[in-house]
Amino acid sequence: MIEKTATELLALQDSKSIRAVEITEAFLAAIRRREPTLQAFLHVDEAAAIEQAKAVDAKREAGQPLGALAGIPVAVKDVLCVKGVRTTAGSRILENFHPPYHAHAIERLLAADAVLIGKTNMDEFAMGSSTENSAYRKTRNPWNPDCIPGGSSGGSAAAVAGGEAPLSLGTDTGGSIRQPAALCGIVGMKPTYGRVSRYGLIAFASSLDQIGPFARTVEDAARLLEAVAGHDPRDSTSVNRPVPAYTRSVNQPVRGLRIGVPKEFFGDGLDVEVGAAVQTALKEYEKLGATLVDVSLPHSPYALAAYYIVAPAEASSNLARFDGMHYGHRTKRKADLIGTYSQSRGEGFGPEVKRRIMIGTYVLSSGYKDAYYVKALQVRRLVKQDFDRAFERCDVIMGPTTPTAAFPLGAKQDDPLAMYLSDVYTVSCNLAGLPGLSLPCGFTANGLPIGLQLLAAPFEEENLFRIARMYESVADWSARRPALA
Amino acid sequence: MSLDAEEVKKVARLARLELAEADLARLQPQLSAILAYVDQLQALPTAGVEPLAHPIPVSNAFRDDVPAPSLPVDEALANAPNRIGNHFGVPAVFSHD
Repeated sequence: MIEKTATELLALQDSKSIRAVEITEAFLAAIRRREPTLQAFLHVDEAAAIEQAKAVDAKREAGQPLGALAGIPVAVKDVLCVKGVRTTAGSRILENFHPPYHAHAIERLLAADAVLIGKTNMDEFAMGSSTENSAYRKTRNPWNPDCIPGGSSGGSAAAVAGGEAPLSLGTDTGGSIRQPAALCGIVGMKPTYGRVSRYGLIAFASSLDQIGPFARTVEDAARLLEAVAGHDPRDSTSVNRPVPAYTRSVNQPVRGLRIGVPKEFFGDGLDVEVGAAVQTALKEYEKLGATLVDVSLPHSPYALAAYYIVAPAEASSNLARFDGMHYGHRTKRKADLIGTYSQSRGEGFGPEVKRRIMIGTYVLSSGYKDAYYVKALQVRRLVKQDFDRAFERCDVIMGPTTPTAAFPLGAKQDDPLAMYLSDVYTVSCNLAGLPGLSLPCGFTANGLPIGLQLLAAPFEEENLFRIARMYESVADWSARRPALA
Repeated sequence: MSLDAEEVKKVARLARLELAEADLARLQPQLSAILAYVDQLQALPTAGVEPLAHPIPVSNAFRDDVPAPSLPVDEALANAPNRIGNHFGVPAVFSHD
């Protein structure tokens, strides 16, 4: 059962071959077996999940209309608020936080009759590329438990790759969906900025954050995005435009496809095996009738530096709300007001979050703002203009999602800058607000997955899914599964 | 760009972040390395380029000003570190001297 896709599980329920409660029980059993190894979840409420599944079965028996994800377990990154369920963002500062409301994406999942199977581990406040910055546990890569699953949505990626859930939600601020999807060998998608409401998402960098799906197949990812996308007046950056029926068109190939290949994505630092797998995937597209077009993104080498100014700047501002006053950790030491703020934050935040708050505060401080923050925003525009120009000549841009396959736990933990370089191919998409998708395109000799990154113009999600599906239909890597109990 | 120990302390004070001496010692070279990396932007000419704060054009999203139910008091206070009656208990904001 846990080998099946969400699409298959929906069909099996429609034909009355299985019940929702059997599906949820099968995935809960996988969680019980595999969590000692994977540690992808922070919170699983078995009884509540089974209750939800039973309610779906009861609706079906009563002949009531069912939602698009009826009876499908969905794991959710612990940065999305679920009413009454502990939501930590991977941080000690929110260790006992129980949100008083649901995030918009959670409301959408419940309206679609999905089953919330658990909250997944993540880098604290989504800051990191390995999930090692979680205050709670270290999630393992299902393909090799000595390796990291990627981050920051490492728990959501490992849960799907490890057969603990057919679908999951993550968030992507600089690659936090696409990078772990690549390193765990699954599909991960970051929608256009504004496509999914951020209401109830604990903010990291508000002009970059976006919620998106993880799945083992392109069609499943399309199904999950279709369920959570759409306008929400509670997020003023949420875009009011119709959500296409992605699942209806996903199997239609794009005729006359032009693939932009930027030389900047194939330079120094790219692992040989990763580069070769991506080139092989591009050849597959040529066999399918696509044309490869040389495009240039001349400012992309500067994107990472701009990102590591803009994202910490926004984070230092967003995280000012964690002051120990209304919710979250408050120091037990006696202090005046300012001392209570500082001590609560010093005790509650982990090392990477402190680093980013410090960088963000510095680049926004008097005398440095123009040299750092404003400069980075100017570079951001240049990065976006590169994409605008490139998309005049192609329908999609392709390259590697990550410079290397998954690295061992601990390998980069004492070198923040080395960790940041894991995001070198993914951050420009966030700076420009584009939709991006990572698709499995092979394995290294050591059996670690490799991801192909596809980037499209704003709101071209429908094409992105169709283009990804073209490759998947001739090179389906999802049949290969990690060896787990 | 590199930061000395006093500058690190000043930034921590601005950020309302208590840091132990060991944290300060570790952060100083790490922050300096990150700032040295992002300093590469200075080499890129950007005169006349309009800063881009937001990737997608957004303007003010207005809504009608209509009353709607708000969070009940007990739910709003449920996560309070220190609840005093129907209020959040906090340290004194103004001192007496």
